[in-house]
Amino acid sequence: MSPVPLVLVLTLPLIGALAAVAVGRHGGRVATAAALATLGAALWLAVRVAAHGTVSVTVGDWTPPLGIRLNADGPAVLFLAVTAVIMAAVVLYARRSITGPKAGVDRGGPMAHTFWALLLLLWGALNVIFVSRDLFNLYVGLELASLAAVALVGIEGRRETLAAALRYLLFALTGSLLFLLGAALLYSAHGTLDLGLLAGQLGRHPSDLLALAAMTAGLAAKTALFPFHVWLPPAHAGAPPAASAVLSALVPKASLYILLRLWFDAAPDGAGTIGPQLLGALGAAAVLHGSLMALRQQRLKLVIAYSTVAQLGYLFLIFPLAAATAAIDPAGADAAWRGTLFQALSHALAKAAMFLCAGLIIEAAGHDRLDRLAGTARALPITLFAFGLAAISLMGLPPSGGFVAKLLLIDAAFERGAAAWALVVLIGGLLAAAYLFRPLAAAWRSPDGDDPDFAPVARRRQALPMALALAALGLGLFSDGPAGLMGGLP
Amino acid sequence: MNLPIWMPYALCGAGLVGLGLYGLLARPQLLRRILAFNIMGAGIFLLFGALARRGAVVGAIVDADPVPQAMIITGIVVAISATALALGLIVAHARAGGGEGLPGDTPGVGERDEPGADEAADDSGSADRDGRRDEREGTRR
Repeated sequence: MSPVPLVLVLTLPLIGALAAVAVGRHGGRVATAAALATLGAALWLAVRVAAHGTVSVTVGDWTPPLGIRLNADGPAVLFLAVTAVIMAAVVLYARRSITGPKAGVDRGGPMAHTFWALLLLLWGALNVIFVSRDLFNLYVGLELASLAAVALVGIEGRRETLAAALRYLLFALTGSLLFLLGAALLYSAHGTLDLGLLAGQLGRHPSDLLALAAMTAGLAAKTALFPFHVWLPPAHAGAPPAASAVLSALVPKASLYILLRLWFDAAPDGAGTIGPQLLGALGAAAVLHGSLMALRQQRLKLVIAYSTVAQLGYLFLIFPLAAATAAIDPAGADAAWRGTLFQALSHALAKAAMFLCAGLIIEAAGHDRLDRLAGTARALPITLFAFGLAAISLMGLPPSGGFVAKLLLIDAAFERGAAAWALVVLIGGLLAAAYLFRPLAAAWRSPDGDDPDFAPVARRRQALPMALALAALGLGLFSDGPAGLMGGLP
Repeated sequence: MNLPIWMPYALCGAGLVGLGLYGLLARPQLLRRILAFNIMGAGIFLLFGALARRGAVVGAIVDADPVPQAMIITGIVVAISATALALGLIVAHARAGGGEGLPGDTPGVGERDEPGADEAADDSGSADRDGRRDEREGTRR
């Protein structure tokens, strides 16, 4: 099997990032070319893997445990493809203006010089994470992604965004070090860092439990699991909208992806019963807390950011539903696995669409305060329609990807005989409907008195979030293909 | 008592990890937290190096297992880049009028100026304010 598309997916964003630095203020053109080329390579790879199975590269022909093998299997190509779709939309969106209302400031400013390079670097790091099986390679990818993401949060240089970036950086650095500590302990106990070789060995050495706990805590902090979520809302709401879309949709998914690989590829039976239950309880707390906080926000971007905290919580329900039960109850565990992946992918598409919508609304109205959004629906009908479609996926209404995800999770909970987790999913859906109704209602209200002025926004740009929201719906309508690629619990 | 040669180094590394983690979580000042991050990183590298030496005794390859050493070097490079980004952000944060800690961490440490500035929902005003604060800071120095 020729590994060319896999190599292209990994190298094109990095080449693009270097080229974007070299050409300075014309980086937008380079980034567009790199984004479209990478999108093509990712889709090519996905089709390849769907037709012929896993594609892998052994770097420099050094086999594990000494070398590193990059493996693009079903779940990996799904994440690669969704990342590519979102990144391409974000790059096309940001061509016109990177930040919100002050579009003129962009040209030639520091943002134009660094934004494209950081975005492509982040993309490259995410792609590396999705195909790596080596814990140290994952650590390097995780750090690259975090540093690029932190820089994107603080790129506007205002005090609030710099404070948000610093808080994010502190959480991310602590998380990375805990992950590295766990990797060091695992290596000294087992002599390998390859997840495939570690499979079945975890839990045999006394230090394994400590290693696993440190890595899980570190990755949970990076995934903004409750109560480590405090960095997320200011960081995601403060970044420029194009960056927020990527940060909220993709970056937490990368650390979650590693967590899933660690728990379910390497299958640590020594985790006991308390760990998975605790992770599930924290996920449930995140769903409730994030939703209630989203209900109380007065700014659109903060509503969307707190919604991310809530939606990430669902992803942790897989631990009580599937950990250490694959042997007893394969059907339920498979449903939990697929439901979690569907939730991760459909949330990524819907959340990216929402942040791009918020960016367009800010561009048109000059602000994102909910109480002054009246009349927006008349000025930006396509944008608001896209927002509504994305909201359908987040609420989990049919026929969206979010619906498939929640159905599978509820199914898994009943298979397992733990209906409490299903209740969390249902309540979370109701709360999502409540907090997403507020901005929609505000936008559809007619303004009292004079019509407020809205800056015009090109139809072509309004089509970008629309395409992402439709992709989130399509994930539910055509769920057979992705479900086949996901396979069962590894 | 016959301690293996790597044991004191491993214990020392574990102690540094503990100290660094405490500083990272408990200290409000940004600069101290970055120092704590570096101490914790150094502890992990020391621990990893010591355990590599133990691996050599068990597996009898060479003097020490070279793989962890390669990883430590890469880890140091990553830690330096992270420290550089953190220091750059701290300097930019201070220039934009922030204090030595983050707002909201500990009362009285985070905010140096008027606390209402966080509200800044409309970007246009805050850029001006920051500019003015920059000037003020400059003259004070």
